[in-house]
Amino acid sequence: MDGTTQPGESPSSGEIKGFSVPAGFVGLRRALALCWMSIAALGRSLAVSGAITLVGPGLGMVPRAMEGVRALSNRRRALAARWSGVRIPAPAGRRPPVPAGASGVVARYRWIMNDPQMRREFVWVLSDPVAGAFLAFFPIALLLGSAWGIFLAFFGVSLSEEWDGLWYYFIPIGGSATAVFAGVLGVLHLPLALWVAPRAVRKHALYTHAMLAPSENEMMAGRIEHLATTRSDAADTQMAEIRRIERDLHDGAQARLVAMGMNLDTAERLLETNPEAVRALLIEARQSSAKALQELRNLVRGIHPPVLADRGLVDAVRSLAMVCPVPTEVTVDLPGRPEMPIESAAYFAISEILTNVAKHSNADRAWIDVRYDHGMLRVTITDTGHGGADAARGTGLRGVERRLATFDGVLAVNSPVNGPTMVTMELPCELSSPKTTSSLGTD
Amino acid sequence: MRIVLAEDHFLLRDGLIRLLEAHGHEIVAAVENGADLLESLTEKQPDVAIVDVRLPPNFTDEGLRAVLAARRETPDLPVLLLSQYVEPLYARELLSSGGCGIGYILKGRVTNGAQFLDSIRRVAEGGTVMDPDVISQLLVRKERDENMSTLSGREREVLVWVAQGRSNAGIAQSLFISEKAVAKHISSIFTKLGLLPADGDNRRVLAVLAYLDQ
Repeated sequence: MDGTTQPGESPSSGEIKGFSVPAGFVGLRRALALCWMSIAALGRSLAVSGAITLVGPGLGMVPRAMEGVRALSNRRRALAARWSGVRIPAPAGRRPPVPAGASGVVARYRWIMNDPQMRREFVWVLSDPVAGAFLAFFPIALLLGSAWGIFLAFFGVSLSEEWDGLWYYFIPIGGSATAVFAGVLGVLHLPLALWVAPRAVRKHALYTHAMLAPSENEMMAGRIEHLATTRSDAADTQMAEIRRIERDLHDGAQARLVAMGMNLDTAERLLETNPEAVRALLIEARQSSAKALQELRNLVRGIHPPVLADRGLVDAVRSLAMVCPVPTEVTVDLPGRPEMPIESAAYFAISEILTNVAKHSNADRAWIDVRYDHGMLRVTITDTGHGGADAARGTGLRGVERRLATFDGVLAVNSPVNGPTMVTMELPCELSSPKTTSSLGTD
Repeated sequence: MRIVLAEDHFLLRDGLIRLLEAHGHEIVAAVENGADLLESLTEKQPDVAIVDVRLPPNFTDEGLRAVLAARRETPDLPVLLLSQYVEPLYARELLSSGGCGIGYILKGRVTNGAQFLDSIRRVAEGGTVMDPDVISQLLVRKERDENMSTLSGREREVLVWVAQGRSNAGIAQSLFISEKAVAKHISSIFTKLGLLPADGDNRRVLAVLAYLDQ
């Protein structure tokens, strides 16, 4: 392969060096599978072309035929990533909602015709039976050539007599010498096929990338759409948060301070006449001040917990685990501290999920695992509860998902009925300076 | 008593010095940052130190760190930590740094002078004083712990008071039961938590440790 990094290629994986027999066989098997897929692509392309040429009722078939193409291309994307490490970004745009009935068919048709990704897939499915099949079949052809050469070494002479002359490539098979030469050439084909096969599979993936990857502009458009959504979500979340803080202040500390002021006012007026009542009022005022402080502390804990500010995510999570009603173990592999906003987002997400565990799961144990690899902060929370949690239903999990999306983070919930539940979140981030060791290493 | 005081807020520091001196204590050092605190703790070897958790220059947990470092040098150096917030994690770190002569209370408690002076005295005598706020935060969890779940409601109540550093007499007064009953509850707690008489006087502290930590 050439040294430059191909588009969509992850630099670490997929590189092929040298010669290896097992890799060759794997490559051959994959090439064969790709050949079959090219044949499938031929079938789909015929279906689409047929549907397009059938004017009238055929138009209704186009969307369905294109769905088949989309399924096939999705499979090819997955294989390119798995076999060759070539990542082909999935289609950016989402399918718009369509009305039912005949107008729906027209709308769908129009959308398909205007969607650049659909057009790209259409071209791909037409070309794949030729170009894709050629790439995939090349190592197979070498293998067949090898078998043919070896066959000729043994039976070439007699076969040549029977068929009135026979050629192996450029060699006319005339006698035993040329037949053996064909056999030697055939044997030499074998390592060549093994060497070529993995490279052909990789070239095939790159070709698929060239055919299917969305253009820069489309990626940009998709990204912008994503950013717009997450930004408006972030604004909503922030507004809700501010409103909650305002309400808490208004109903809590502020009300208590008003009461305190009134008490002190009354006390001032009664100072001369009724010292006993003043004493009671002062006691009440002091209690109010203590309660107001308590409420302010709780409020601050909800905005930015002191332990998070002091010690960072790891100790803050340990602290969460300590006060969680479900006994929770924490394991950590974090070589530094993420940036503040990321820490905060991760902290509140974990806090929310732990609250869910305590409230709904009925679990008797939970585990939190925090680690960092490949530029991702990954947090896994597992519990032994009865499962059945669903991000689509619970507003809590939806909220967590939206909070994380602001930082391009994702949330995955795996919660079969009867448990266990495993919630995984991933946040892309960078770590700052190495962590100063906390005074208590283990949990 | 000879006291080292670490508090960065001028008014509070001044107020505390006045309060403590009025009650016949001697302030051997009044510092305002973590580095100075560690130095004076190791140098002056006070009878008790009163330390604000959040100190300059970073305003995070410098006070706590200095205290933990000092207690590694001098185990059981009596320290009373003051904080705007109480954090169970810090309470546990303090307790595992020796378990004797530890106090961790909210700054707001300073306003109750008598109680505050009492806390100082108890810490200086090697007792444990935990803010009710820490305990209430941990209470949720401990209810479900195995050892703790064997304790009866009354015993758990008594343990909360023990954790706050109260004497048997004090607990009896607060719970409106006889001192003898308190002693009975406490020995029952010791049995249930598996603390043998051989552990001696430390058992009260050990019970609190068991309470705050597994």
